Amino acid sequence: MFRKVLIANRGEIALRIMRACRELDIETVAIFSEADRESLHVRLADEAYCVGPPASARSYLNIPNIVSAATLADVDAVHPGYGLLAEIPYFAEICESHGIKFIGPSSEAIELMGDKALAKATMQRAGVPVVPGSEGAVKNDRQARQIAADIGYPVMIKASAGGGGKGMRVARSESELVRFISMARAEADASFGSDEVYIEKYLENPRHIEVQVLADEHGHVIHLGERDCSSQRRYQKLIEEAPAPGLAPDLRERIAEAAVRAAEACSYTNAGTVEFLVDADGGFYFSEMNTRIQVEHPVTELVTGIDIVRWQLLIAAGEPLAIQQSDVKMRGHAIECRINAEDPYNDFAPCPGRINFYSPPGGNGVRVDSSAYSGYMVSPFYDAMIAKLIVWDDSREKAIARMKAALYDFVIDGVKTTIPFHQEVLESPEFHKGGIGTDFIARFCADRGFEAQHGGERDGGSGGHRA
Amino acid sequence: MSLPIDPEEIRALLHIIDESEAAEFSLEAEGLKIRIKKASAFNSRVVQLPGTIGFAGAAVQGTTGESEQEQAPGAGEQQQLAENHVTISAPMVGTFYRAPSPDAEPFVEVGDVVEPGQTLCIIEAMKLMNEIESDVRGRMVDILVENAEAVEYGQPLFIIEKL
Repeated sequence: MFRKVLIANRGEIALRIMRACRELDIETVAIFSEADRESLHVRLADEAYCVGPPASARSYLNIPNIVSAATLADVDAVHPGYGLLAEIPYFAEICESHGIKFIGPSSEAIELMGDKALAKATMQRAGVPVVPGSEGAVKNDRQARQIAADIGYPVMIKASAGGGGKGMRVARSESELVRFISMARAEADASFGSDEVYIEKYLENPRHIEVQVLADEHGHVIHLGERDCSSQRRYQKLIEEAPAPGLAPDLRERIAEAAVRAAEACSYTNAGTVEFLVDADGGFYFSEMNTRIQVEHPVTELVTGIDIVRWQLLIAAGEPLAIQQSDVKMRGHAIECRINAEDPYNDFAPCPGRINFYSPPGGNGVRVDSSAYSGYMVSPFYDAMIAKLIVWDDSREKAIARMKAALYDFVIDGVKTTIPFHQEVLESPEFHKGGIGTDFIARFCADRGFEAQHGGERDGGSGGHRA
Repeated sequence: MSLPIDPEEIRALLHIIDESEAAEFSLEAEGLKIRIKKASAFNSRVVQLPGTIGFAGAAVQGTTGESEQEQAPGAGEQQQLAENHVTISAPMVGTFYRAPSPDAEPFVEVGDVVEPGQTLCIIEAMKLMNEIESDVRGRMVDILVENAEAVEYGQPLFIIEKL
């Protein structure tokens, strides 16, 4: 087992990984920017190195400083967390070349699945259903028009080097297609350094169903069941759950098997997630593969009882997966709400600032993954996530009730949060029914007038209970 | 009780660690594992409780200070100290060296007058030697880091009195 691991991340995921390391008696090394000097992940690590000024590009994405810290601290391995450097093939490569184990898949697997067009082509060859569309990047407008005519409008234009919901546009006619392709190319070039785009059939209000996979370095690949992440606003996930409500057992089985095939097709190792879009007719299509631990991993941990981050460490240290596929069972239901420092009544504008008082909920079946504390400064330099609130109970209905109770107890004073928004969503009959698609949140927001600023009847603090 | 190590040796070890600046010490040998951690090292990791929120302000000051003091790559970064004293801080993570090579003379000593562009030290990162230069003219007042010590981004290295 590793003696010492450097966590190349910040916030709640850095804490999560640190805790898993401590449980295995592994020494932890934190990195931080000057803005994160007082962060919990820094305070609780055995060692910590400042790697740059506040801006991510010069600190958390500063590969030379991070690798330098790793060599100075003489670590055995680096865990990249999610986001930041987790899916940068060069970072994985450079760790390996310095004799530091990268806790994740190979840089080749990261590169392959990072190229969205190439990933899709790989999946097709592996017999994993894919959304009909261009095979790889679109060469020119004429080819794009031809493909769109073949598969039928509406079509989605996506950046090959994109991800995380960025650089995507829907075209409903040929004239829109031509216009939007040039806009998409320009945006893609600016955001991802590549103007390659591909097109695929746009599915109306599909469900976003993803499967957690775990693969050891001895060729053993298993799945840990699916998650439903259809509650999204502008492609950013807000609420996730496991298992996917109302999914027919046979469909669930086929999707999970496809995910395992996908992982095998790219010789995947360590933890990963294969995302699918499922339409109303029960057709499912590969969307993308995330070659890292994901934000919403706790819902899978709670329904399967399997510690995914611990397995990441064990797998990277060469341990064979002790879990057989037949051992994996989903019990009960888990829901996660992402609590962000955003004002849902002001178009979800980010609200950085100091959290004067922070009091998370607790009790049976309630888990909070967060690095916030009273006095913590939510800085404007990084994402707005304050905490992940995850609950588990025997059934979905009970889990919803438990989540409502937990949100009520969650006090975060000093910044606006999305707690009241989650409370409203959980009251909605449509959410209760289950099986909502990716359009749900947008329609919910439109129906409730969330775009416009509400009048002053909302309280200034964001405690779940109306004080 | 039979120990693989003489109690006298343990006492001597504790004394040495106490006297040194090391916060932690660990030793592993056949049949023996010793780990010594100083009280001060542990306390520095205690999380501040509500009511002691002053430190949060410090983080904000640090960032605004930073944005006003952007330097060209390769040069040390400045922070105001006393009247005309400036601090040169590490612009990267690495190992600090006082001299161009192990048997050479250090680049600077306390009391030396330095010129803008003059190399003050080397920070080695991933086998690459980076020369850190002064961007002021002044007298070297204090050298804050030992030779071959690890430095992090922003760690103060030198204090120079501007002339």
